[in-house]
Amino acid sequence: MKIFQVLKPGMFTTVQDTGRYHYLRYGVPISGAMDLFSLVLANILVGNNPNAACVETTLTGPELQALTRTQIAITGGTGSPKINGSSVPIWQTLEICEGDVVSFGRMESGCRSYLAIRGGINTPPILGSRSTFARGGFGGIEGRQLKTADAIEGYNAPLLEVEYSTPEELQPQFRGDYKAHVVLGPQTDMFTENGISTFLSNPYKVTLEADRMGYRLEGPLIEHKGKADIISDALLPGAVQVPKNGKPIMIMQDAQTTGGYPKIAVVITPDVSLLGQVKPNDTIEFSKITVQQAHEKACEYYKLLNRLGALLMRKRAR
Amino acid sequence: MRTGSYTSTKYLPFGDSALLVEFGDAISLELNRKVTALDEAILKAEVQGVEELVPTYRSLLIRYNPLKTTYEQLVFRIKEIEEKLTESEAKVEGRKITIPVVYGEEYGPDLSHVARYHGLIEEQVVKLHSRREYKVYMIGFVAGFPYLGEVPDEIATPRLETPRFKVPAGSVGIAERQTGIYPCEAPGGWQIIGRTPLELFDSIRQPPALLEPGDIVKFEPISEERFRTIRESISKGLHMPFSEEQ
Repeated sequence: MKIFQVLKPGMFTTVQDTGRYHYLRYGVPISGAMDLFSLVLANILVGNNPNAACVETTLTGPELQALTRTQIAITGGTGSPKINGSSVPIWQTLEICEGDVVSFGRMESGCRSYLAIRGGINTPPILGSRSTFARGGFGGIEGRQLKTADAIEGYNAPLLEVEYSTPEELQPQFRGDYKAHVVLGPQTDMFTENGISTFLSNPYKVTLEADRMGYRLEGPLIEHKGKADIISDALLPGAVQVPKNGKPIMIMQDAQTTGGYPKIAVVITPDVSLLGQVKPNDTIEFSKITVQQAHEKACEYYKLLNRLGALLMRKRAR
Repeated sequence: MRTGSYTSTKYLPFGDSALLVEFGDAISLELNRKVTALDEAILKAEVQGVEELVPTYRSLLIRYNPLKTTYEQLVFRIKEIEEKLTESEAKVEGRKITIPVVYGEEYGPDLSHVARYHGLIEEQVVKLHSRREYKVYMIGFVAGFPYLGEVPDEIATPRLETPRFKVPAGSVGIAERQTGIYPCEAPGGWQIIGRTPLELFDSIRQPPALLEPGDIVKFEPISEERFRTIRESISKGLHMPFSEEQ
């Protein structure tokens, strides 16, 4: 059934879930939410399966008109959302009625908002996921960003009896000066000691070339020992590759699955999610941890995602 | 070291949920055979925590679930499997697939350049390109793009100085000793010598890519008329790329 009609599409608004796995060997990127944590939390707030599909906005959000009564939750970047022109809080369950218009204002912090709809978005799953891969032209709504007059399809799910809000300590902060943990490798041995310490001791600025494929970063040049090419090998979100010009590129969800630049380090999973919120001119400082420490942090993160439901506050019973 | 093989395989961390197994530093059939053999052996062994495998030229990326295995456990287990790989397993060949191609003219605008570059006539380039079997070393660049190796030295040609803004879907190209096929329209700098009517990638097919790493590919020169016939039967959903009579 149709849940929303798109009145204005916003800058780059797509349908995303937790990602498309198991097709990397065929050259299909993982795609999925840039900020996985916020997507999962939005889903939990409306009682969805954590990997249900949501709307992901970019900087300028869309304007959507509800075609039915339902519940939504908005998380992620602080995008100043409104219902019928009045500001509404994020990180909690909201009830909306048929005819209500959900709009977004200035993105005060972060870059992407997630809008979950009670029951989830029902676009056809492609290769096991509803995520939009716009460059490949599949997933989401016809493999593209939303446009005016699109209908967002969902399910006829009964309204939740209890509405929820998110305790403040669970709400990530997107201040613009990010710190990210990395595991050095797999090709750290192609960089000089100087190059590695340059990378680890300076903030890098996000340039205008920043999208769902990845971020080109600007900062002190990272020195290679010799050549700056490798025989192309596999990439995953979080990989930081450094081409000959010494400027790092961080790989994100829609990047190609193989690449020919050496990778100095890989950002750990929870921090990839956080960095899904960076925008041009933000800075990132990388600090190294061991594989064992990275494992601990990744496991903590996944365990947190799995028990988010129990940590939410009951706002009120309907 | 002609094959570029390391004396001992490198096990490299890739963030918190992947392990990179690197066999050497070269593009060679011998090295890639090790990748294919380990890929198949791990798939067969159903190793605890392994989520997916990405074979490339000279390495295998293993994506795993950190809740189900530690890095050390996984390295230990994969080393065990690697040590048991025998010479014969590393020589097992993949599926054989014939790719029909119209060479030259509008289908392969760079065929004449490749011929001139080597002082050959176009027919010789076609013969040299379609005579041998190629292995799918990896799939990357865009969904379903196979990197095949390797073409004979007589037709190995550097990339275009200025890449094209648009290369049509199905285009068959050469870049140095590599040959590859564009599954969809994309920008690209490979020397385009022909075009196949086959659909290399279709997101609603399972699996979505026609080729996979390890497959053995042979190109078959066809006429424009045959190209149109195959396109027609594909649009009706009738074409079987793996049929016997091909």
